[in-house]
Amino acid sequence: MSLGRGSRTLGSEFAEQRSDAPSSLQLEDGARVAVIGGGPAGSFFSYFLLDMAERMGTEIGVDVYDPRIFSRPGPASCNHCGGIISESLVQILATDGINLPTKVVQRGIDAYVLHTDRASTRIETPLREKRIAAVHRGGGPRGIKEVKWDSFDGFLQNLAVEKGAQLVQARVEGIEWEEGRPQVAPKGGIAQVYDLVVGAVGVNTNSLKLFEGLGFGYQPPETTKTYICEFPLGQKMVQKYVGNAMHVFLFDLPRLEFAALIPKGDYLTVCLMGEDIDKELVDKFLDAPEVKKCLPPGWQTPETLCHCAPRINISGADQPFKDRVVMIGDCGVTKLYKDGIGAAYRTAKAAATTAVFEGVSSEDFKRHYWPVCKAIGTDNVIGKGIFAVTRQIQKRGFASRAVLHMAADEQRQEGDQRRMSTVLWDTFTGSAPYRDVLRRMLHPAFAGCFLKNLIASIGNSRKTPEGHIDPLELLKQQ
Amino acid sequence: MNKGTLGKTFESGEVIVRQGEEGQAMYVIQEGQVEVINERDTQEVRLAVLNQGDFFGEVPFFERRGQAGTVRATVRALEPVRVLTVDKKTLLRRLHEDASLSYRILQTMARRIQEMEAEVTRLIVGD
Repeated sequence: MSLGRGSRTLGSEFAEQRSDAPSSLQLEDGARVAVIGGGPAGSFFSYFLLDMAERMGTEIGVDVYDPRIFSRPGPASCNHCGGIISESLVQILATDGINLPTKVVQRGIDAYVLHTDRASTRIETPLREKRIAAVHRGGGPRGIKEVKWDSFDGFLQNLAVEKGAQLVQARVEGIEWEEGRPQVAPKGGIAQVYDLVVGAVGVNTNSLKLFEGLGFGYQPPETTKTYICEFPLGQKMVQKYVGNAMHVFLFDLPRLEFAALIPKGDYLTVCLMGEDIDKELVDKFLDAPEVKKCLPPGWQTPETLCHCAPRINISGADQPFKDRVVMIGDCGVTKLYKDGIGAAYRTAKAAATTAVFEGVSSEDFKRHYWPVCKAIGTDNVIGKGIFAVTRQIQKRGFASRAVLHMAADEQRQEGDQRRMSTVLWDTFTGSAPYRDVLRRMLHPAFAGCFLKNLIASIGNSRKTPEGHIDPLELLKQQ
Repeated sequence: MNKGTLGKTFESGEVIVRQGEEGQAMYVIQEGQVEVINERDTQEVRLAVLNQGDFFGEVPFFERRGQAGTVRATVRALEPVRVLTVDKKTLLRRLHEDASLSYRILQTMARRIQEMEAEVTRLIVGD
């Protein structure tokens, strides 16, 4: 069972076996569940499992194992991520009764600025409403002088604890089978037997080996290295030079898929994604004139900077479940490049729903959890195609000019037929499935308009499209 | 608006949705209080007061196909209010993918029905 390593055959082994018989492994009253990992996937799973069990009148004990204290600043308490909560996830969480507090949301994003090597254009959110949240995953970057905002991961963890989850602040050293049930051994603690163990450990941890060692065929996802750092600009400078817009860069630099500057409260988060990002590539990016325009004049990268090179999941895990074990979030399946927290929400909730209403056997997860993973995986295949197209556009000046010109034209017009703007918005904010983006790109009106702009751009000596504005000028107009 | 806030703000007295409009979004109250009013001729009847965490605007989503879903009551801010807009398409898609998401909406609708039944009984029978 695989969504990774180039394998796309799901075949007859996944043919649905029709059976109305109740699951052989159900969570009864008094059942115990261990969640290894207290980040968003683990917290969402715990929260929804306990919420749904309460509706069913079933008492289930949930222990969440995580040694980190998310309220503390620094890398040890951080889940190493750009810190964007997508527009679609913000809405769905609100519908689920989870509203992000102002103490967690450092900045509401209502626009993004797309930069290529040649020009830039600003795309406003269609509703002119801030629905993308920029957060810090932990207590803040290393060296932070004052913790003004709460951790997003800490907020979610508190929700789970308020629902009844028990937080065990210890690292798990071993997981073994004890008479058919998983036994979890924390460092310095007593080993406990559970009815279900949930892997929510991400992909940047040695804890993955614990699950590989359980012998059910789990293979972690393929990953690639990214780069994230936090520039301590201060609130005024962040507002002046970047504002409430996310800046996305499509440069023709080998191995760089795209990069983003994400404004937070006092910090500007820099994210680079692509193929094994290294220092040389980071320096090239930061030296680019379009990037320097987004920073205060004369800005020098500090010697001591909070930065990390986390790995991200680029292909689903093999065999993410078995009897009494399920892998969720990044260590299972996630959306390609974007909205990882949204994917964590979806997989966590699907696993929790399966566990409460169906059971915790391999068959239960295959019938009710796997389809959600498969849908994300299939969408990622389309995403890979879209980013392949993006790479070709990045390499060709006439193509990137056509894209910017079409988007800039749309932004000047009233009405909701902002086709290129919507394609770009959904691709780079992760707010919509990749299949929606592809559907829009294949629409005849989009294709026709883009072709028109391509023809105008080819052989056109115009270096910048109409509507290009210096990003600093854009901010002065805010 | 504080840079860390999400959604849209409305001043006290401002109409957020008007009775008879086409319903294209649901709204979740992030801060503040609103009143729900049914307007008939020149009269206004207050149906409810909603607070932080409550939502409104979802009823038109569940109208029968072929009938345009219209907003059944005007919602007005009673004080400065911040609401988050939930797109109809985003919500309906997720509802089809995740049935458990509908639980909270059904729970709220059930509570509203109970409150309305109690109010009808009170009007007929008296306090």
